[in-house]
Amino acid sequence: MAGIRESSIGIAALPATAIIYSGPAFADPPLSYLSAFGPKADSTASLTWGLLIISILVTAVMTGLVIWAIFRKRAPVSGPGPEPETHHISTFNIFGWGLGLTALILAGCVGWTMMTLAAIDQPPKTPAVNIEVTGNQWWWRVRYLNDEPSKNFDTANEMHIPAGEPVKVTLRSEDVIHSFWVPSLSGKTDVIPGQLNTTWIEAREPGTYQGQCGEYCGLQHAHMQFKVIADKPADYLAWRDNQLKLAPTPAPGDPQAGLVVFEKRCGACHAVRGTMAGGYLGPNLSHLMTRSTLAAGTLPADQGDLAGWISDPQSVKPGTRMPHVPLSGDEMQLVITYLSSLN
Amino acid sequence: MANTMTIPAVQETPELRARLDRIWETPKGFAGWLSSVDHKSIGIRYIVTAFALLVIGGIEALIMRLQLARPNQQILTPAQYNELFTMHGISMIFWYASPILSGFSNYLWPLILGSRDMAFPRLNALSYWIYLFSGVFLYAAFAIGIAPNAGWFDYVPYANQQYNPGQGIDVYAMALILLGISTTVGAINFVVTLMRTRAAGMSINRMPILVWGTLTASAGNILAVPAVSLAFFLLWLDRRFGTHFYDVPAGGQPLLWQHLFWMFGHPWVYAIVLPAMGMVSDGLPTFCRRPLVGYTLVALATVLTMVIGFGVWVHHMFATGLPDIGMSFFSAASFVIVIPSAVAVFAWTATIALGRPQLTTAFLFFASTIVLFVIGGVSGFMTASVPADWQFTDTYFIVAHIHYVLIGINVFPVLGALYYWFPKMSGRMLSERLGQWNFWLMFIGFNLAFLPMHLTGLWGMPRRVYTYGADFGWNTLNMITTIGSFVLALGVLLLIVNVVMSLFRGAAAGPNPWDAATLECATPSPPPPYNFAVLPTVASRHPLWEDRLQESDERSRITVGPALDNGREALATSPIDAQPDAILKMPEDSYAPLVLGLALSALFVSMLAMSLPGVLCSFAVGLIAMLIWLWPAGLSFRPLRTTDG
Repeated sequence: MAGIRESSIGIAALPATAIIYSGPAFADPPLSYLSAFGPKADSTASLTWGLLIISILVTAVMTGLVIWAIFRKRAPVSGPGPEPETHHISTFNIFGWGLGLTALILAGCVGWTMMTLAAIDQPPKTPAVNIEVTGNQWWWRVRYLNDEPSKNFDTANEMHIPAGEPVKVTLRSEDVIHSFWVPSLSGKTDVIPGQLNTTWIEAREPGTYQGQCGEYCGLQHAHMQFKVIADKPADYLAWRDNQLKLAPTPAPGDPQAGLVVFEKRCGACHAVRGTMAGGYLGPNLSHLMTRSTLAAGTLPADQGDLAGWISDPQSVKPGTRMPHVPLSGDEMQLVITYLSSLN
Repeated sequence: MANTMTIPAVQETPELRARLDRIWETPKGFAGWLSSVDHKSIGIRYIVTAFALLVIGGIEALIMRLQLARPNQQILTPAQYNELFTMHGISMIFWYASPILSGFSNYLWPLILGSRDMAFPRLNALSYWIYLFSGVFLYAAFAIGIAPNAGWFDYVPYANQQYNPGQGIDVYAMALILLGISTTVGAINFVVTLMRTRAAGMSINRMPILVWGTLTASAGNILAVPAVSLAFFLLWLDRRFGTHFYDVPAGGQPLLWQHLFWMFGHPWVYAIVLPAMGMVSDGLPTFCRRPLVGYTLVALATVLTMVIGFGVWVHHMFATGLPDIGMSFFSAASFVIVIPSAVAVFAWTATIALGRPQLTTAFLFFASTIVLFVIGGVSGFMTASVPADWQFTDTYFIVAHIHYVLIGINVFPVLGALYYWFPKMSGRMLSERLGQWNFWLMFIGFNLAFLPMHLTGLWGMPRRVYTYGADFGWNTLNMITTIGSFVLALGVLLLIVNVVMSLFRGAAAGPNPWDAATLECATPSPPPPYNFAVLPTVASRHPLWEDRLQESDERSRITVGPALDNGREALATSPIDAQPDAILKMPEDSYAPLVLGLALSALFVSMLAMSLPGVLCSFAVGLIAMLIWLWPAGLSFRPLRTTDG
């Protein structure tokens, strides 16, 4: 996943940032928030770096002072210590300067915090795309909203957005508290049942940005990942139009038979557009093969892993709500063949 | 002043000591031990129990570190991991961090304040017994496979019945409410002890900082604990009786839990560091051979920290979608709290710089606290910033932060305090040679484990995940942390070895092994049950250094004073100036606190089991115990005037 951000550009909010950041040891971990790829994360990352550098400097200065103080006039460890004595010193010289400087830095940081907060509270322009993300134990339902309800569609665990455009994200939960988090685009916003939270994201350049549930939500909190894929605007529209289509009609033969098995055995929980399968409990699978992972980032979306996942969900992702559906070897093969055709 | 009486000051004599011994001695044997209300015995029990919980919580952490050492490991199932991190947090934060400080303060307060016991010795015993039983309760359930798994913060609705069936959450709720009773009665005891039983002349500007710290923490606890007890009680009602406080479909509020929990939770953080900071403020000057720099500022900063600490809880909730304007207030308050914290750091550093430090093990623990506090402090300062916190929150950056705070400003000062006061408690010195190894292993291990963890967090590793993929960039960092945690554990092991060996073979300590300035060092090591043969009169902040500091012509009197040997008696003094104004009749040893503690614990077990007969029975036994406890036994309260002759 190291090369996941095809066109990642580290921000250089502070000159020091660029220097520290360019080192090869700091290759870009997918969930790092030390580098930012959109206007919202940019402001936050500058602030984070600023606070981090202040903190490192303060730690260095104070550690140096303590070491200096210790080695200034050491007394032997063993034997009776020197006689206690008071050197009267001006308290102001110690506390006045130290606290004054501290207060000044703090005031600056409060100001910087408030300015950043004001800057990222609302997107720079009205979002063109409106997504509703619903947290479930342990996957993300993603619904694209349109003024025309017929142009709404569902997908899961991966969302495409147009690069360079702010996107509004409305957050719902169907069970416990989760937190929506794409570190390189935005900090966390909690996903709380009974409460509608909203946030916005924007990616400056096309690329894939890793997301992760940020609030402990039970057994598979670790495997509640998602991806935000920023496309060039034209690519985004093409993707959206494809998602709006009915699922591809299976070719006669095995894929066709696969659909029949799928509708009967999987359709109670999963929906595929244009078929009898209309379940709502699990992810919508209409265009499953346009996604890169299965089970919210647990497995890559390929035929072998798909078979492993369906045949024994509990050993792949212990605790998952996906039940083990007993399928014969033939049925399994047919379902895999059908699902693999869902582009 | 019709009823006042005058008592003479006398010189202490061996005969007086023998008489006091007979009056204050606890009966020998296990039965006597069970009935003892001696603060020194209770203090040591607290320390031993809390240390045992630290070791258990540490072992849980080591198991988790094995699981996280490499990506995609399967040493633990997700269910086991979640129970372990929950039990680890609960054990360390609730059953170790605060009780260990209560232990030291219980042991030290009457000695440092020049008194004979805490204000309410039986309440003190009750406080310990409830603490012990609540811990046994929690771990007995764990031993039979019932464990909470929703984290120490126990967020609803995940902790609701619907998502978390079974008894684990109920055990946590009951055990914590029970512990809250212990904390609350203990805190009340500290406050009254401070107000009423300081040595004559120990006006509030002469109290050691440890006393300020524990006083402040106790006041904080009295105000904060009700919030968390209420939160857990409502949760238990929701889970067992179908109420809807946190039940979302019925209009319940998940954020109600978070507010109640953190209104308690953040003041609690200060309650478990302020007394430990007091240990540093009192211990460090002894080894620097000079008084603490900026005493008044440090005392004021201690209180101020707690006051501001009640106004920052929302910084745990920045990501919950609260209005920006409201969060700005809490953000600013969280920045401001840096200032009183910085006072302590400057005061300690200046004390070392202006003194002549002796690098004993205790000194190393105290001095290293300064650096660890700075690191834990600046990472806390970073999280005060709302937008930045939206990234930090629930990542390993916060895990690193909380460990720098809790290990750096609780465990390190506590171990310094152990090296400092173990000779007082046992009469024997701890080995310095083992001590140095102990310190350096812990210091290096701790920083190896937790300093790189900041980067793990900045690189996005979320908290509370039982495993992680190999391609997130966290592999090396996690391996380093695991190695560091085992080095740290080795240091703790050496400490245990040192304590056990020194108990049998340590050099004799004498009354004042470090040539310290405070009153506890005027008593033999270990001190007799009555602490002081005659009650001392204090004339300065440093009673045992007066001749050498020459700050004034007044001198404290330690070997001449009122004897108070008509049964168990102590001297009551006025709250601010510590002028003697009454003789307190102190209670005899009693089984009532033990029985009441057992009855209360049985009450909570019965509530857990939803057994009405059990509830009624334990209630009845508790009432009888209270009746025996409070039965008039010639206790009286006599106003008093002392003479100077």
